[in-house]
Amino acid sequence: MNTSLSPVVQARGSFLSVGKILLSLSLFCTMSSSFGEEKKNNVHEAVLKNGMKILVKQDKRAPVAVIQVWYKIGTSYEHEGITGLSHALEHMMFKGTKKHKSGEFEKLVSAIGARNNAFTSQDYTAYYEVLASDKLEAAMEIEADRMRNLVFDPEEFKKEIEVVKEERRWRTDDKPSSLTREQFNAVAFLNSPYRAPVIGWMVDLEGMKVDDAYAWYKKWYTPNNATLVVVGDVEPDNVIAMAKKYFSGYESNPLPEVKLRTEVEQKGIRNITLKLPAKLANLRMGFKTPAMITAKQGKVPKWEPYALEVLANILDGGSSARFAKNLVRGKAIAAGAGAGYYGYGRLPNLLVITGTPAKDVETSVLKKALLDEINVLKKELVSEAELKRVKAQVVSSEVFERDSIQHIATLLGSLESVGLGHKYMDEYVPGVLAVTAEQIQQVAKKYLIEEHLTVAELIPQSLENKKNNENNKKESK
Amino acid sequence: MSQQLKVWIVGFVLFLSTVVSATPKIENWTTEAGLRIYYVHVPELPMLDARLTFAAGSAYDKDKAGISGMVTSMLDKGAAGLNADQIADAFESVGANFSTGSARDMAWINLRTLTLDEQMKPALTMWKKLIEKPDFPENDFERLKKQALVGLQAEKQNPASIADKAFYKNLYGDHPYASPQNGTEETISAMTTADLSAFYKQYFVNKNGQLALVGAISKKQAEDIADTISQAILGGDRGVGEAAPKVPAVKPLEKAKIVRIPFPSTQAHITIGQPGDKRGDKDYFSLYLGNHVLGGSGFTSRLMKEVRVKRGLSYSVYSYFIPMQENGPFMLGLQTKLSQTDEAIKVARDELAKFQKDGPTEEEITASKLNITGGFPLRTASNSDIIGYLAMIGFYGLPLDYLDTFTETVNKITRDEIKDAYKRRLDPNKMLTVIVGGKGTSGDAAAGKVKSVDKAEAKDGTKETAKEK
Repeated sequence: MNTSLSPVVQARGSFLSVGKILLSLSLFCTMSSSFGEEKKNNVHEAVLKNGMKILVKQDKRAPVAVIQVWYKIGTSYEHEGITGLSHALEHMMFKGTKKHKSGEFEKLVSAIGARNNAFTSQDYTAYYEVLASDKLEAAMEIEADRMRNLVFDPEEFKKEIEVVKEERRWRTDDKPSSLTREQFNAVAFLNSPYRAPVIGWMVDLEGMKVDDAYAWYKKWYTPNNATLVVVGDVEPDNVIAMAKKYFSGYESNPLPEVKLRTEVEQKGIRNITLKLPAKLANLRMGFKTPAMITAKQGKVPKWEPYALEVLANILDGGSSARFAKNLVRGKAIAAGAGAGYYGYGRLPNLLVITGTPAKDVETSVLKKALLDEINVLKKELVSEAELKRVKAQVVSSEVFERDSIQHIATLLGSLESVGLGHKYMDEYVPGVLAVTAEQIQQVAKKYLIEEHLTVAELIPQSLENKKNNENNKKESK
Repeated sequence: MSQQLKVWIVGFVLFLSTVVSATPKIENWTTEAGLRIYYVHVPELPMLDARLTFAAGSAYDKDKAGISGMVTSMLDKGAAGLNADQIADAFESVGANFSTGSARDMAWINLRTLTLDEQMKPALTMWKKLIEKPDFPENDFERLKKQALVGLQAEKQNPASIADKAFYKNLYGDHPYASPQNGTEETISAMTTADLSAFYKQYFVNKNGQLALVGAISKKQAEDIADTISQAILGGDRGVGEAAPKVPAVKPLEKAKIVRIPFPSTQAHITIGQPGDKRGDKDYFSLYLGNHVLGGSGFTSRLMKEVRVKRGLSYSVYSYFIPMQENGPFMLGLQTKLSQTDEAIKVARDELAKFQKDGPTEEEITASKLNITGGFPLRTASNSDIIGYLAMIGFYGLPLDYLDTFTETVNKITRDEIKDAYKRRLDPNKMLTVIVGGKGTSGDAAAGKVKSVDKAEAKDGTKETAKEK
């Protein structure tokens, strides 16, 4: 299944894979002034006086817990010239604070047996520790400390920004399909902040200063812009009391106004090609679609995003889905093909279709076949059997995903951070189960149209071509 | 270390000693048809994970490189007269996940399903059919071969894949672990469905396999599934079969070797290593704990501090042992922009040499033990984690109390044991270094100790590059 979500960049590990439901942010802070607590869908919720939200879900299967602190800040809050700043700041969060000098933090986390890391996406930045549940308080103290007390040492920043540039080379510059995706996004979106890469453009990383990171931190890392999520073998009341102890000392701070930056309407197909040293052609196509948040804001019917989600799964939801059945097997013209609905951010995004041609097949042939599959969705109703299959998978996935407390915590935190709210978790399965064949046809006709399409094609160039090394020259001056 | 941190650590040591770890209760038996079963009852979620493992990885490919992967990829393309579409429908219409895979030692066939009868019964029935009677249809195989060739092209545009392939090839020479897991253009093109059937018949047999079951099924259900599957494995004319012959012992490298492969990337991908250790190795825990300090613990590791934190040379830098049936590799890896290649290699090699000579400090060992033992509950926190351990314990014949004794075993390791193990098992003067990126000729001044690059070996690396073109 290729339902990857928005690009997420981690400080150190691999990409975060959050299954189907992912997200991106929002400014929709529910600030209640009291220290109230409510219990629904087994998630205990509280809001501190300073505006920090707390979500706790108990899972006693094993004596472990995950603690995550989410900040509503990411690439979509940045502007041109400072792209990648949220992610660079995430790297700096692993340095020292007023209380703990640089390096000590890692020792503390290690000593409690925790696995820790962080990730940044377009709409949020999150930090986490997974650990034995009786060590939770030590992790909470650390997270509280670095929320407001980080020390920005110019010498450390100088080294860390080099690490980030290495990360960019590794993650994007030397990967043909990643470069294709990056430029595809920049063309698909003209003014929406989703046009910028999470890691940032290299020139912006080169111009980034420690003061930029510090200013960003002061602005956004404040309790009223944060959500604390704890899932595991814990007592919710204890966790909330603990959070109050460590976080309630911070004042609420005014947050900068976030401009709308709604994407201008697309007026026709956009095509780009990339000539890159590579062996394989690659095709990436995206249609502008509304997001779950668009429906929540009442701008489109509630069912539309769910219909788009099911539509993507009709095309690519396993080896019985249409792409695998018709294009990889049947016509044997794709070595691989995928479809994914990016509908869980704070802003509208795309329904994306990707493909790699089979051996000796022209990219144009694959492109036509992929678009033909879209046209079939507009002309014919999907079968009952296909709908049943997608729904069975949604039901089973919902159980399988509960095997990982990190997964559950990430869902809660991301939904909250993009403005959908954690309760959306309970709406998702019923929403999908209610989708009809007619609705799928309707969203296909309404949104999967050429006027809203962007196409990027990677045209492989010889790996011997020396001209490809412009970046190297620039780097090694 | 600050006074405060010391207090912390002491506190935790005292505390840990009182913790009794609850590890999964593993039940183990052998079916009448000769299949070894490993079962853990986890009732909380209504789901089952099943993993059937055979000693049938790429180490058994011989002259048909890639066949292990091709056999497992073909299982759901046709079985018992059903075609790929019908098989996919059978699993996915009940929300089940079917997957297969293959590594150097082992090949596996997995199933994850909900445990209500309406889902579990159809899923298990289909799973059994694939195991019992795969058809290896000709048309599907021709298509899969083409896809495999596209896969080989994908490897060639990826510097990390190129480095990995070159590393195994040069580390293992004529040992089966050198065999490229995805095959070569020649071996894939020459492969036939008769080859697949023969491989399946020889290796996918009861005496060469284990079945791990984890989830919300009773012991009785587990026994029934075990019997059904082991009967299915007798299918065709396979009989109980034989255990695969042992993988031959791995010879140590005789001298240092540098392989440079040109590639138009912005970074050099650097891998340094030697043959390491095996599962059940008497030095396993000493090497593991030592490596936690050297490059296995993320940000507290020496390599991370020296290469990334102090110098900003690489985003990722690590070292690890991959214990296998015979000595799997010890690998140290990083990626850095081309102009820093020599500097990064020197820093990494210096750290490795220093560690090999002096070992970790007592303070470092204490910190690593805290991390490993304190984080122990995370190792078996999910059904996915548990089945991973079951498959490993079963496949490598590790003691059933491996998890129960893990913490105690780690805590007993001493600094002298680690120093001694590293002295015997690693030799910084005989390391293999693979560098992918750049023109392949620059930076010959790379690092003091390995200046004496063997000319013939370096040429061998160049030859491989020529083939890549």
